Amino acid sequence: MSSTFDTIANIIAETCDIPRDTITPESHAINDLGIDSLDFLDIAFAIDKAFGIKMPLEQWTQEVNEGKATTDQYFVLKNLAARIDELVAAKGT
Amino acid sequence: MRLEYFLLIDRVVSLDLKAGTIVCESTVPTESPVFEGHFPRYPLLPGVMMIETMAQCAGWFLVAMNRFQRMPFLAAVRDAKFRSFVKPGKTLIAEAKRTHDGSGYAMMETTLSCEGRIVCNGTITFHVAPFPSPDFETEMRERAASIGLLGHEALADG
Repeated sequence: MSSTFDTIANIIAETCDIPRDTITPESHAINDLGIDSLDFLDIAFAIDKAFGIKMPLEQWTQEVNEGKATTDQYFVLKNLAARIDELVAAKGT
Repeated sequence: MRLEYFLLIDRVVSLDLKAGTIVCESTVPTESPVFEGHFPRYPLLPGVMMIETMAQCAGWFLVAMNRFQRMPFLAAVRDAKFRSFVKPGKTLIAEAKRTHDGSGYAMMETTLSCEGRIVCNGTITFHVAPFPSPDFETEMRERAASIGLLGHEALADG
């Protein structure tokens, strides 16, 4: 079974036509991979479908805008994978 | 349809919030300045207006689903296909089905039909955000009433 990170990386590679081997757990989706907000909607859709969740993008964006969180917390891929794991775990409770 | 005003939905035929579907009807006007350019002596409904008609149909679904608390804005159109010409005077049926309800966005499969044949279809992504102003929301409620959305919304709620 592939890891959460691998699933996300594969989705990003396919959705944004980014070479898979350039996507690492340390990659920042926006700053390093150059993914814009519109492309991120496609990624969010694919992630929502793949994991059966609803990523709270609005809440995350609001937290970043209000200075309560940094973009690293949600958009560095290892952190994004951790957030997704939390959402999947919460779904099962 | 009032093409020049981008008021492209005449009436809501059906709305089912649980099923995630909406059906709207519109009649293409027989005359419009739009047809002076598109095309001279060969009037056709522009493809961009077919897309917009489907988007407005799907958009009204999302407005109803969000109880007028949020407004959908066009974000992306995917796999749009224009399968047939649409001439003035024709009645169109726009249909939309919600395929995904995300956080701050939604995706809808849409079709536009004329005389039983699909003339256009595509997948539309919307940003779904709070209304930027109370006046805008009020105006949209008035438009919703004029096309019969509010009655359907009440019916769909049982």
